[in-house]
Amino acid sequence: MVTASFLLPIVLSGFILAIVIGFVHQYLGKAIGWVVALLPLTIFVALATLIEPISQHQLVQQQIAWVPSLNINLTFFVDGLSLLLGLIVSGVGTLIMIYAGGYLGGDARIGRFYVTILVFMAAMLGVVLSNNILLLFIFWELTSISSYMLIGFNHESDYSRNSARQALLVTGSGGLAMLAGLILLGNIAGSWELSAIIGMETAVHASPLYVPTLILILAGAFTKSAQFPFHFWLPNAMAAPTPVSAYLHSATMVKAGIYLLARLHPVLGHSDLWFFSLTGFGIVTAVIGAYLSWQQTDLKRIMAYSTISALGTLTMLLGLGLEIAVEAAMLFLLVHSLYKGALFMTAGAIDHETGTRDLRKLGGMARLMPYTMVGVALAALSMSGLPPMLGFISKELMYEATLKLETGQVLITSLTVLTNVFMVAAAAIVLIVPFFGKVTEETAKPHHAAPLSMWLGPVILGALALFFGLTSTSDLVEGGLIGPALSAVYGHEEEAHLGLWHGITPYLQLSILTVTLGVGLFFVHQRLRSTANRVDGIVSRFGPERIYEVGLAGLLDFADWVTHLLQNGRLRYYILFVIGTFVVLVGGTLAFINAFESLDSFSRITIYEAVIAISIIIGAFTVTVAKSRLFAVAGLGVVGYGIALLFVLFSAPDLAMTQFSIETLTVILFVLVIFRLPRFETISDWGSRIRDGVIAALFGLVMMLLVLSSTAVPNATQITEFFAANSYELAKGRNVVNVILVDFRGADTMVEVAVLAVAALGVYGLIRSRTNRRD
Amino acid sequence: MQSIILKTAVRYLMPLMLLFSVFVFLRGHNEPGGGFVGSLIAASAFVLYSIPYGPRAARELLQVDPRTLMGVGLLMVVVSGLISLFAGLPFLTGIWGEREYPVLHKLGTPLLFDTGVYLAVIGVTLLIIFELLNEWSERLPGQFEEEAN
Repeated sequence: MVTASFLLPIVLSGFILAIVIGFVHQYLGKAIGWVVALLPLTIFVALATLIEPISQHQLVQQQIAWVPSLNINLTFFVDGLSLLLGLIVSGVGTLIMIYAGGYLGGDARIGRFYVTILVFMAAMLGVVLSNNILLLFIFWELTSISSYMLIGFNHESDYSRNSARQALLVTGSGGLAMLAGLILLGNIAGSWELSAIIGMETAVHASPLYVPTLILILAGAFTKSAQFPFHFWLPNAMAAPTPVSAYLHSATMVKAGIYLLARLHPVLGHSDLWFFSLTGFGIVTAVIGAYLSWQQTDLKRIMAYSTISALGTLTMLLGLGLEIAVEAAMLFLLVHSLYKGALFMTAGAIDHETGTRDLRKLGGMARLMPYTMVGVALAALSMSGLPPMLGFISKELMYEATLKLETGQVLITSLTVLTNVFMVAAAAIVLIVPFFGKVTEETAKPHHAAPLSMWLGPVILGALALFFGLTSTSDLVEGGLIGPALSAVYGHEEEAHLGLWHGITPYLQLSILTVTLGVGLFFVHQRLRSTANRVDGIVSRFGPERIYEVGLAGLLDFADWVTHLLQNGRLRYYILFVIGTFVVLVGGTLAFINAFESLDSFSRITIYEAVIAISIIIGAFTVTVAKSRLFAVAGLGVVGYGIALLFVLFSAPDLAMTQFSIETLTVILFVLVIFRLPRFETISDWGSRIRDGVIAALFGLVMMLLVLSSTAVPNATQITEFFAANSYELAKGRNVVNVILVDFRGADTMVEVAVLAVAALGVYGLIRSRTNRRD
Repeated sequence: MQSIILKTAVRYLMPLMLLFSVFVFLRGHNEPGGGFVGSLIAASAFVLYSIPYGPRAARELLQVDPRTLMGVGLLMVVVSGLISLFAGLPFLTGIWGEREYPVLHKLGTPLLFDTGVYLAVIGVTLLIIFELLNEWSERLPGQFEEEAN
């Protein structure tokens, strides 16, 4: 176990820079991207120094107490899995920050953009480095919120706002389910630290709560990582500026769900439910995503659907439970982040230079964007899984894993091949159509080449996909990145075995088949596209997005209906609802717990008490039959002062004093509002009067029973005795009532005063708004 | 209300009521009374003043905006709780000084707390009542003589 003191700064620095950049961005001008990129670059270098200790199977961590009473501590740890994702987040982050400087250069909203994306980066680093699962959840939700703000970046467009809300609702509700799942997990394991939970496989599997825990956590992971049927938010999230799509919605945030699955694989994995749900949802997502990707005409949507497909493949691989499958998943995670980041940045660059992302309008870009073309070519080759790219090795591993399966071997292998065929076609479309297709109207116009900031990212990522492919057996790739990640996910110390050439194997034959079919599909894709689009149009009427829309509309209608029912603008109905609810809930509870058993001993009633009680009843009755408002107020006054007198009789001078003052002020208030009230008239018929009378009588009865039964509770006098005995001892005051108010129950008083203040502001606002309207 | 008797009486009653309010407030720790009742009495004093002299005059006499009173009161309540937090005790633990003072007895954070309640409730009550009175005086011109004296 090694302690590294820079884990907390790594997470916090992004938040701090986000605040700073909000104030200084206008002084940085065009250099802003390069300046901001220094932070992720520093983080990348700092994390890279951990490759050495972690490849020797050491765990790096840092611990700081934060809210110890709620078990929320700032504990961070790095193992192979965290390191791999941390390097992707900071490395791709560096290139994205530079890229966004070019992409959004001159946009007045660039400051806001960098603030949000820095918050996202910090939160994402928090997710992958957290050791405490509650801390992980906090960062997890922060990524959802920053994603919401980035998708809705063009907040003047309806489509952006709806897409942002859709993404937030889908991932946010999944996140809530996940929180419940994490709490269950923490309770079963008896620890909130991931490093401790991971070793508790037998305890967790034996728990009767294993199934609900797993389902709730999967809900969080599946929504975040856009698994079918929750995938629909991801294509709509393409409304965000392209740097966001490249960073959040392909390389990092959507991998958070995969990260969580991989992280909990040692403790939750290796069960039938795990195998069937992950493999099932994963393979369906992979096939559907890949099938939908090649037929799109918008470059970004092709990328979005192929991202969904990749996320499905990752989920499926993690579900298989084989060592080789986990190895394939870790490698594919890296491969996908490299090529998809590059492809997205390219799509953005094309859009930026020509003003369109529509494939039907693009062609011959190779001469305009030579550097970008190199990057995109490398990325597309990696996506197609051609040697010697890293993507080739990951696809070989994938096939090796599915062929090793004992159940469903043929089905899963053939579906994986199908997925990859679509992916090869999509890669070919993205590379060949815009760059080598016929020059079109849009691309014929003179264009300036994309600036350095915009082609640097694709080229570096593409080059890395090649470099890692060539050096896959090295200490860096095999021993430093994939091996430790595999050990972390599989739960034992394992070593990765990569390589380009294993002889003529079944997987190589499958690879060749895949590429051949993919290239074939590329040549006919334009002819198939319109048919496929038409079929999708029909299917999507019943698809999950439709269910989301209907559900959301239904929810809004329901809220509308409830609001109109309860907030109908008539005060008497409000009181009716409040009192009726009270009678049902409190009266029901009293009857349910049978609280009336102990009601047998009453003290004798004195003549004073009887007289006061009768006057109160007469006063109350007068109110109900009063013919003028003044008369009603007088009746209410009798009730109020009568109660005050009762307080005097039962030696509660504090209450009596307060009651008297309140009554007096109430009269003054009444005098002040009497001019504002409409004419006093009888508006209710006999039916509603009887209904109100019954409810009022029931309310009085329930109140009476509540008071009687709560004072009859055995040991109720203990509370009184405690306060009487300790008021002077502990709180140095002889007036017990006041000591309770300001000391023993001071928190109640504090909140009550705050409520009073809010109510006063509300009244003030209401009166002011009326006065202003009249003016 | 144009009433010479009320006007004259209020000028003697008001200081007495305010004194009584402070008295009730301070004795509250050991005898019946306290910040809440005290504040209602103080608020009544201002309301009584504003009936013959008008809300504007009463507000001028109060000198601070009721909303400020509310804010300061709430702040004092929170601060009295935070003091114990800084002393390493749970939020809102009462901390008492050792010295005896005349009238106040011992000083402690509950006194600060109750003072906060006292000010906040005066603010709440007067904010509402002054606003209603304002409306009243706008609707019925001539009801109030708008000079403070």
